[in-house]
Amino acid sequence: MRLINQRPSRGAAIIVAALPFAALVVIYLTFSDIRLEANPQDKLLPSVESFADAIRRMAFEPSVRTGKILLWADTAASLQRLFIGIGVSALAGFTFGVLNGMIPWFSAAWSPLVRVLSMIPPIAILPILFIMFGLGELSKVVLIVFGTAPFIMRDMEQRVRELPREQIVKAQTLDANTWQIAVRVVAPQVMPRLMDAVRLSLGAAWLFLIAAEAIASTEGLGYRIFLVRRYLAMDVILPYVAWITLLAFLLDAAFRKLNAFLFPWYGTNR
Amino acid sequence: MTSGALIRVSQLWKSYPGTAVLERINLEVERNEFVTVVGASGCGKTTFFKLLLGEEQPTRGTIFVAGKPLAPEPGKDRGVVFQRYSVFPHLTVLENVLVGLELRRSKFLCRSFGRRRRDEIEQCERMLERVGLLSSANAYPDALSGGMQQRLALSQTLIMGPEILLLDEPFGALDPGIRADMHGLVRELYSELNLTVLMITHDLSEGFRLGTRLLVFDKVRVDPHDPDAYGATITYDVPVSRNRNNGNEPTIAALESGV
Repeated sequence: MRLINQRPSRGAAIIVAALPFAALVVIYLTFSDIRLEANPQDKLLPSVESFADAIRRMAFEPSVRTGKILLWADTAASLQRLFIGIGVSALAGFTFGVLNGMIPWFSAAWSPLVRVLSMIPPIAILPILFIMFGLGELSKVVLIVFGTAPFIMRDMEQRVRELPREQIVKAQTLDANTWQIAVRVVAPQVMPRLMDAVRLSLGAAWLFLIAAEAIASTEGLGYRIFLVRRYLAMDVILPYVAWITLLAFLLDAAFRKLNAFLFPWYGTNR
Repeated sequence: MTSGALIRVSQLWKSYPGTAVLERINLEVERNEFVTVVGASGCGKTTFFKLLLGEEQPTRGTIFVAGKPLAPEPGKDRGVVFQRYSVFPHLTVLENVLVGLELRRSKFLCRSFGRRRRDEIEQCERMLERVGLLSSANAYPDALSGGMQQRLALSQTLIMGPEILLLDEPFGALDPGIRADMHGLVRELYSELNLTVLMITHDLSEGFRLGTRLLVFDKVRVDPHDPDAYGATITYDVPVSRNRNNGNEPTIAALESGV
């Protein structure tokens, strides 16, 4: 049988998917052992025990200085910024997208501006945000909004335009005015597409969040990683990176599930 | 302008830059006529349909409906069923029919509540029963076959009681057997509701079987060096007798050789 027609069974698929992960772990442990044997003080590739120790310190014991459990405090701070930022982006993207996609005059006025704004590299204006909004929460949230909203706006506009012309005509023959078409035909149909756009923006949102936290913050997952970098604390950095990856993965999965649950008609006709 | 015709088209021209699509269209459609429009692809029958719908505007000439010039946008007096995408995928079958009634009554919330809603649902259920979709009332259109989706599109339109029903190749994507069922349904609804129907089709025999009058669109002037220089017009306007075994067949043969 040709290679292109051979498919792994479910069990085989799980095994071959696990193999690269297992290989990574084995390679890490081997080199970690080699380095630690040469120099027990080595910090670059910590042993499993140091990881366990660091995780216990960060996730289960209150910090001596602040009395807070650092991992949870960092996670709460970061997720709050992420959710506010992405929430504002979603709201702006939805509103602008529906208006831009539906109303030619609105789009004639605003589409060019959104297009230009979306070309500005968000990190390049981070200093401006710090100068204008200070080093507090606001500038971090604004960076996330600036980094994700233009994409969501343009994506929503595109999705609205993609709705079959027939449906919009049909609604008009059912005596719907512009507002009614927006409320009953356009908005409900782009809702699941908004969820998709937000889900795909989460990666960018994390990027801008960690960038902002790295530069000016007092807590947060990105802040912690960049803080302990000074002490080469790989035993803290790697678990934090794994934790951020897990959070991103869970958020993505949650958005998928929520979309399928809220919009049962969606998905099959994509 | 006291002509009794429901639809009156006078000296209608439609062209796009560099392309003439329709020229010198004159047409009067009386109430309760079932007009089918046939023609080769690219002969402008869909453009004519869009003009009647109000989705596009004529370059020259005017369309009158019930004596009044047509508003430059689609409206509630002309119901429509397209070949595809006529129903709303995010609404169930029942909601698809209900939405028109809700839109008519509730201009801001776009939903009706309480007793009125129950009455409207009852009305929709009667309509769904009439077209044979009541058992699928809670399904989403995606789960319906092509024929059932077109039944739904018809009931969604007809619940609003439009005077004119515009059909754009509504059965073009259906299997022959289902198409025959749909023909029966449309004929029945046409006579029950006293509709005036204008249907585009590319199937000449369908046009003859369904309508009371058949229009053929074709180009009478053709410049071989510039095929887009001249538009199409109505080349045949034939009344169709309901008496099927009598006289129709030769006409079809004559027309087919003509087209």
